[in-house]
Amino acid sequence: MNDAPAIDLEALAREAGLPGLLADLDASLVGLAPVKTRIREIAALLVVDRARRTLGLTSAAPSLHMCFTGNPGTGKTTVALRMAEILNRLGYCRKGHLVAVTRDDLVGQFIGHTAPKTKEVLKRAMGGVLFIDEAYYLYRPENERDYGMEAIEILLQVMENQRDDLVVILAGYKDRMDTFFKANPGLSSRIAHHIDFPDYSSGELLRIAELMLSGLQYCLSPAAREALVEYIDRRREQPHFANARSIRNALDRARLRQANRLFAAGGAVSPEALMTLESEDLRASRVFSPSGDAR
Amino acid sequence: MRLTQGTFSFLPDLTDAQIRAQITYCLGKGWAVSVEYTDDPHPRNTYWEMYGNPMFDLKDAAGVMAEVDACRKTFPNHYVKVNAFDSTHGWEALRLSFIVNRPKVEPGFELRREEGAGRRQRYTTRSYATDRPEGQRYP
Amino acid sequence: MPQDLAERYRAGVMKYAQMGYWQPDYQPKDTDVLALFRITPQEGVDPEEAAAAVAGESSTATWTVVWTDRLTACDMYRAKAYRVDPVPGTPGQYFAYIAYDLDLFEPGSISNLTASIIGNVFGFKPLKALRLEDMRLPVAYVKTFQGPATGIVVERERLDKFGRPLLGATVKPKLGLSGKSYGRVVYEALKGGLDFTKDDENINSQPFMHWRDRFLYCMEAVNRAQAATGETKGTYLNVTAATMEDMYERAEFAKELGSCIVMIDLVIGYTAIQSMAKWARRNDMILHLHRAGHSTYTRQKTHGVSFRVISKWMRLAGVDHIHAGTIVGKLEGDPNSVQGFYDILRETNNPQNLERGIFFDQPWGGLRGVLPVASGGIHAGQMHQLLTYLGDDVVLQFGGGTIGHPMGIQAGATANRVALEAMVLARNEGRDIWNEGPAILANAAKSCAPLKAALDTWGEVTFDYASTDTLDYVPTATPA
Repeated sequence: MNDAPAIDLEALAREAGLPGLLADLDASLVGLAPVKTRIREIAALLVVDRARRTLGLTSAAPSLHMCFTGNPGTGKTTVALRMAEILNRLGYCRKGHLVAVTRDDLVGQFIGHTAPKTKEVLKRAMGGVLFIDEAYYLYRPENERDYGMEAIEILLQVMENQRDDLVVILAGYKDRMDTFFKANPGLSSRIAHHIDFPDYSSGELLRIAELMLSGLQYCLSPAAREALVEYIDRRREQPHFANARSIRNALDRARLRQANRLFAAGGAVSPEALMTLESEDLRASRVFSPSGDAR
Repeated sequence: MRLTQGTFSFLPDLTDAQIRAQITYCLGKGWAVSVEYTDDPHPRNTYWEMYGNPMFDLKDAAGVMAEVDACRKTFPNHYVKVNAFDSTHGWEALRLSFIVNRPKVEPGFELRREEGAGRRQRYTTRSYATDRPEGQRYP
Repeated sequence: MPQDLAERYRAGVMKYAQMGYWQPDYQPKDTDVLALFRITPQEGVDPEEAAAAVAGESSTATWTVVWTDRLTACDMYRAKAYRVDPVPGTPGQYFAYIAYDLDLFEPGSISNLTASIIGNVFGFKPLKALRLEDMRLPVAYVKTFQGPATGIVVERERLDKFGRPLLGATVKPKLGLSGKSYGRVVYEALKGGLDFTKDDENINSQPFMHWRDRFLYCMEAVNRAQAATGETKGTYLNVTAATMEDMYERAEFAKELGSCIVMIDLVIGYTAIQSMAKWARRNDMILHLHRAGHSTYTRQKTHGVSFRVISKWMRLAGVDHIHAGTIVGKLEGDPNSVQGFYDILRETNNPQNLERGIFFDQPWGGLRGVLPVASGGIHAGQMHQLLTYLGDDVVLQFGGGTIGHPMGIQAGATANRVALEAMVLARNEGRDIWNEGPAILANAAKSCAPLKAALDTWGEVTFDYASTDTLDYVPTATPA
């Protein structure tokens, strides 16, 4: 074995296009530093695993099932998409597509409906990544006749026996996921990687907003930017705050107000005006009203 | 005898890897793949039993292979075939159909003749296996 | 036409172009029948006048002005030559485009269509030579035809054969076998692995074998082979005969005996072909057409009718199979032209494709496809080339390549079937069969002695002669 030629790990990663993918991940996703670190670690593990395999040092397929925990809007689905691509490039996932589902896609309402539904989803996800959002809803201990357990059992079987064919990512709130795993130790033991998605800081949310806007070819006037900073601080104190998703919704509504404002003004409109969100487009939000309702 | 229906019956029985490659080809073309089985291999037995519906929108052969395996496990001594259906306008029919399992012994067919006037014969092809009721034909 | 009408219709002789058969500004209507002729005018005849003459002689004109034109809507009935291009690289020849109003033709009649388009004009003295290169049949006219009695898809469903070309063989020797000996060849070939056997074009009802005898022995062979393999089999029983009554009698007998297919020759004529196509549709029979005689007018580039036009007419007429070339075999066939014929026969619609000789967009209005047949000097060693050029929807006919096999007819059939299935399997697996073909065949031959013997016997045989019917077009550089 010691006579075998040395393997250039960097070359292996380059061949798979990994540096580009990771750089792209860094550039396009704001914040999420711990998540990015974990992805780099997993990628490194897989490159090393591949190198070991070429030397015949391991044979078993590594378990790649993952759990993404975090509050809504923290980028779990987006990262899952990237993860599917990385796994595909490294040769651990033949097609690299993502099938995102929730309990309703897996569990039937009548006896005999669950197995075909779950199997149907699994077949579609084969060769890719199955992303189950709010996975803990599969398990409803309060109802012992619940069909969710049936879905979990089928899922477990495939997760164990068809590691080459399918990677499963379970996602949801951290505390609920912990309870779910405690009640389903079989599932927990098959999850190799837990990644926690922190909430975004206010600064990060502002950068996310600016990225979103530039993607849509909009910009903020200086006053509007100030309004947005204030908006973010107020919004995160309110109920139903969903990180980046709340920001996207806020921007959608601001665009609506801008359009109404321009239309009401009448007459010719300059390209700058069409592109620019003004302070009033944001400040009309009820977040700024004394009652402080999120909408 | 060896039943030679299906696209690849003159080749040695396909390995799982070969079956998977054919399914991958079909999925790549956007065809819906399905599994069917029978114990009545008469050439005019058009409707084999469907082992589930055709599988639409699959990306990878693994899902189909699982069905093929399940069907072969349930009916180890039946004929099992994989079909690929193309719904493109102007075709709307199968594009590929090949056998992936067959009984250990294939007794074949009898050709019956009924003599008629002017040297005419009426021919009937009968599978020896269908002497027995469905489900007990290939012990 | 800013011409004084009295002047235009004064008795006497006038140039065709002046009579209104040359209209360079004419915009063809969607319902016009369009024809593209290759014209070779006599010295001193200018190409526009020659084109106008072709338009005139294939529609309303005669050699002199007739006042009775004025009793008709003659401006509409007049065919219009609307474009003349020099043939690239061929001085003295021109492509003339002519438009015909739909009302010039009887619905659903190839005989009427051809009586107009090629009726008189090919002997016209001011032209040295004339060739009908292509036609655009408007969908309004296409819809007046039945089209193929069965069509490719339904034929496959009836036979339960998918995913690969079908295999056939013509019984050899062409002439002289008794009915009993003839049926032996059919049985051996079908049992060995072919899907079809075939009568040759000139097997009808001769002293050495009358038709009823042939049909009876052939159907015994077909049924025996079907029982031996569990697979549907067929043999094209040629019902070509002296009269329509005889043909119907033979076809009815073939049907009664349980044959799934009958065969006719192109020489029986367009009306008889359409009659047989209607008979085949009524009786759920597949109709095979042998293109006997076509080379007398399709082969020479300057004069006659291109086979791509014959292909269009036969799709309208309603045959299910037609011999359309092999590219690699012993008979004439430029690769691009032949692939053009296949497109015309098989595709749902044909977009213009000059590289393959298709000059017009041709809609097929839902008419079923015709299954092309590749026959003549092909063998198992060419399987990768045949599959690459011709695709899946074709009947590959290996006559000599089956019956001449050193180990016997069954072995010959098996060799062809194994070669074909191995090649389709490899292609579907994503392998480059054009380059790896010989290796794939050699590998399949390891577990198939008949294929090994076939490759040893014919592996190197090729028919490498220059085509006489090649395409004349200048590839236009497309910006990268």
